[in-house]
Amino acid sequence: MSNTPKTKKSASTLATLFKVLKYLKHYKWLVLLSLNLALVAVTRSLYFPVMLGKAMDIIIEAGRVDFDALRPMLVRAVVIVIVTTFAQWLMNVCNNRITFGIARRLRRDAFEHIQRLPLSYLDRHPVGDTVNRVVSDVDQFTDGLLMGFSQFFMGISTILGTLVFMIKINAPLALWVVVITPLSLFVASFIAKRTFALSQKQSETRAEQAAYIDEMIGNHKVVAAFSREDECLAEFDEINGRLGDCSRRATFFSSLTNPSTRFVNNLVYAGVALIGALMSVATGGVSLTVGQLTTFLTYANQYTKPFNEISGVIAELQNALACAARLFELMDAPAETPDAPDAAVLSHGDVDGKVVLRDVEFSYTPDRELIKDLNLELCEGQRVAIVGPTGCGKTTVINLLMRFYDVDGGSIEVSGHNVKDITRHSLRSSYGMVLQDTWLKNATVRENIAMGREDATDEEIIAAAKAAHADGFIRRLPNGYDTVLGEGGGSLSQGQKQLLCIARVFLALPPMLILDEATSSIDTRTELKIQNAFAALMKGRTSFIVAHRLSTIREADVILVMNNGRIEEQGTHDELLAHGGFYSKLYKSQFEG
Amino acid sequence: MKVFFRFLKEYPRESVLAPLFKLLEACFDLLVPLVVASIIDDGIGGGDKPLIIRLTLVLCALAIVGLACALCAQYFAARAATGSAARLRRDLFAHLQGFSYAQTDKVGVSTMITRLTSDVNQLQSGVNMTLRLFLRSPIIVFGAVILAFVIDPSAAWIFAVTVPVLAIVVFGIILGGIPLYKKVQAKLDGVTSATRENLHGVRVVRAFCKEDDEIDGFRKISREHSLLQNTAGRLSALMNPLTYLLLNLATIALIWIGAIRVDGGALSRGALVALVNYMTQILVELVKLADTIFLVTKAVACGNRVGAVLDTPVGMDIATDEAPDDGCAVSFEGVSMTYAEGGEAALSDINLTVERGETVGIIGGTGSGKTSLVNLIPRFYEASEGSVRVFGKDVNSYEPADLRERIGTVPQKAVLFRGTIRSNLLWGNENATDDQLWAALRDAQAEDFVRSKDGGLDAVVEEGGRNFSGGQKQRLTIARALVRRPELLILDDSSSALDYVTDAALRGAIKRLDHEPTVFIITQRTASVRHADKIVVLDDGRICGIGKHEDLLKTCDVYREIHRSQFKGGDEL
Repeated sequence: MSNTPKTKKSASTLATLFKVLKYLKHYKWLVLLSLNLALVAVTRSLYFPVMLGKAMDIIIEAGRVDFDALRPMLVRAVVIVIVTTFAQWLMNVCNNRITFGIARRLRRDAFEHIQRLPLSYLDRHPVGDTVNRVVSDVDQFTDGLLMGFSQFFMGISTILGTLVFMIKINAPLALWVVVITPLSLFVASFIAKRTFALSQKQSETRAEQAAYIDEMIGNHKVVAAFSREDECLAEFDEINGRLGDCSRRATFFSSLTNPSTRFVNNLVYAGVALIGALMSVATGGVSLTVGQLTTFLTYANQYTKPFNEISGVIAELQNALACAARLFELMDAPAETPDAPDAAVLSHGDVDGKVVLRDVEFSYTPDRELIKDLNLELCEGQRVAIVGPTGCGKTTVINLLMRFYDVDGGSIEVSGHNVKDITRHSLRSSYGMVLQDTWLKNATVRENIAMGREDATDEEIIAAAKAAHADGFIRRLPNGYDTVLGEGGGSLSQGQKQLLCIARVFLALPPMLILDEATSSIDTRTELKIQNAFAALMKGRTSFIVAHRLSTIREADVILVMNNGRIEEQGTHDELLAHGGFYSKLYKSQFEG
Repeated sequence: MKVFFRFLKEYPRESVLAPLFKLLEACFDLLVPLVVASIIDDGIGGGDKPLIIRLTLVLCALAIVGLACALCAQYFAARAATGSAARLRRDLFAHLQGFSYAQTDKVGVSTMITRLTSDVNQLQSGVNMTLRLFLRSPIIVFGAVILAFVIDPSAAWIFAVTVPVLAIVVFGIILGGIPLYKKVQAKLDGVTSATRENLHGVRVVRAFCKEDDEIDGFRKISREHSLLQNTAGRLSALMNPLTYLLLNLATIALIWIGAIRVDGGALSRGALVALVNYMTQILVELVKLADTIFLVTKAVACGNRVGAVLDTPVGMDIATDEAPDDGCAVSFEGVSMTYAEGGEAALSDINLTVERGETVGIIGGTGSGKTSLVNLIPRFYEASEGSVRVFGKDVNSYEPADLRERIGTVPQKAVLFRGTIRSNLLWGNENATDDQLWAALRDAQAEDFVRSKDGGLDAVVEEGGRNFSGGQKQRLTIARALVRRPELLILDDSSSALDYVTDAALRGAIKRLDHEPTVFIITQRTASVRHADKIVVLDDGRICGIGKHEDLLKTCDVYREIHRSQFKGGDEL
């Protein structure tokens, strides 16, 4: 069928709506209350012009005002106003609760879900994109959908209510208003459609320009180094010219909505005035009193407003649903397979340092085979160095050891247990890991070091910092160990950040170690000093080391030489040199510059 | 507001016409209730059908003229606002391009980008709204009050009371909400950074089993955000109900007073209807006015920020220097450099002479000033003391573009631009032929992977070169500098992502370049510079040794230490 994509799309929209309803269920009473209050507010506020009209009919001319009839009427009007005010206020409060509450729930659930998502998902999705879903999509969705819905509901009930009141007062006059309604709708939707297309174009061009600016201003130093300023300005001008044009059109069109609908409104108004006045004159005020005419005029003034709002609201609702769909896509991504209920919990004491990799097979994408038939047997205290050119897949081995990814075939055993039969937490905490990419929390230095062992005393923390040669610079920080680091480690140098990450491991003292280029950003002199501390740490601990510097690797018990994601060679330094393969080529190049 | 005038100076005609037409429209709007009053009093009251028809036609005419005025106003406003914004963006972009490295560091790249994008956009919409509404709303409000007094001074005092009270409520809620919403936004930024931090550190979080702590932390900040939202929401929830209450109570009072006045014969019924209509118009315009003021304050703030950037002077002073070319490629004489005023010196007392065709290695620990030293050569930064000469002339006496033309720089961070491999390489030299590009790629050890890419030279480079590995990007940036066939080549730690085999091959190829450039190699590895003609050892911004590998091993402690850390035991093969 030709309309399959469309059906599919509406089916997925339906699925999204269904999930939204599930969240709304927590607030079903508030939602019901809010809808009822909206009805109360709308009907009361529509009744007010009727009261005014009746009052006008009492106020006829000099000497002909019946104050006794007017007084109770105005008192009732006051009561109506107060009731409406209260209903409006309470409805706003309800809506706030629902909106903010759902936003919070959604964020919380999304964040918790992220903690359970497999690394394979997170590695494939840019951080900025995921953050957007959790933050701005949630905002736009709750604002747009819930507020939009309430506006939509109010709008529809206002329109229907107005019609009912008008017909009750005078059917023929109401007919005139109804007949002209489509015109108002047509104008509003015509402009809305144009505006939508134009503003779409505007935001596309804006995004294009923003990307260009990001690139050229972001790398301003390179632009200056190659003296490309004039070329860049010319390219910028081209985009800027286009943006100026479509921006002007978009701005102009979007600003047409108000005057145009006001115009249609004025026509309705004039029509009501004409027909009403003639009717009143013809029947001597019997079929339509002056008061009723003023009521009608008030309605005519308000009547088209909801139409404008509704057309705006529909666009907003569509956007909100799109945001919701993006959010639910994240929340529906399958989580890691949970630990088996009978999974073993390894305590540090249980770990004997034995690690066996048996026929391990792994690839990130099915069409690109990466690791095949990897076998490795390590006893306690052995040191494995993983060596190879950049991008050869050294990190992949670590991903498998830590169970950030699961093997496709074969098995990895730690202390005699298949890692799949151990809880992830206990497996991971038996390794101490220092990565090339340092990561520090937006918290104090102390908290950052204590990440590996929360119950550590101050003395232990300081001892760990000393072992990592971090104590000196920490003491020079404004508040020493209590200095709060900014996001991403704030103003610390890359090397200092790495020292802090090393201190974490010195504090946690886990039975096994993973060091991925752990000292890459530390200058060689400090590194030399840390090496001694590392050597002491590695004693009796099974360790996996990834490093560029071959000197760090020479003393390993086993060297895994990787290239293009495969294990090329495996053996000790001397064996591999004697073998004269890839490793010996790598090693020699360091000396024969 | 000065900033608006400056912004609009290219569009004086539009900036006057737009508000003017708005003013006309407002005047026509104000006439409507008077016409309706006449229909009621004279038309219906007098039973005059032709008059009713005539007056209705007047209403239609008012509607048409009003629409025409409004369209003109919107058109001029859109033209002025978007036109000026486009101009401003261009000026700003051109201005930012002139920033020196030091200015870029000081202002910060992300600030520069914000100024160019969202600040200008907000200024644009602020100006647009101002042109449209700043005259209309006050005119309607004051016009309505004045007309009320004209119709009946004794009933109009209700207007005199209601308008200020309404204004206080509307402005109070909208403007009073600004600081609250700022706080909400700040907390939301907190939510954002908590999420981002968690995602960036996902491996560490999981390695240390901190998932639950992270969830607790996130819940806390999310709850705080929600609470602030509720506080701000509570205030704005008052807006509609309160204004509704005030307006309608005033209307009821108006009717009561009006009834007395009509009874006494001082006011006609139609005039009373007109008074009620004016009351309704006032509220709508007050809300619009408050919204506009909010938008305008934001726009003014943005405008001032943009203005401040535009007012920073750019460009470099060019000194004159007639010194003869003494054959030296580069010389430093007593050079010191400080990045920020009052900060510690990044370089002090540097004296160095480099002959043409020499290969110079620069080595030292992190933060020892290696990059600072070479950045003085193309005048990316300026020396605070002493002089830097390139080919005999002080760098400050060159036109920066002329100087940089002769230098090929490969910065530490490998940056590629969206486009193709070819478009990136052409940055080095606009007129290079394909053969020259391939030669540069060959020397940069990039030929193999470029050949294996679909499209070869025309292979697509995505934003930031993210479809290339770190090592590939480094080799492409080296090729880009080589395309220029520079007299001076600066490699700033640009082989850090290359393995030793490739690194060695690269060094060999650079040595064999037929135009024999002077080469500066910054590195952490002694292996990369051991065959250099001259090695400069930096420690804490000072030169602590200059010489060949073997000499330095004997004379320079720092060098020896660096070397030993990489070749433990020092056995030679």
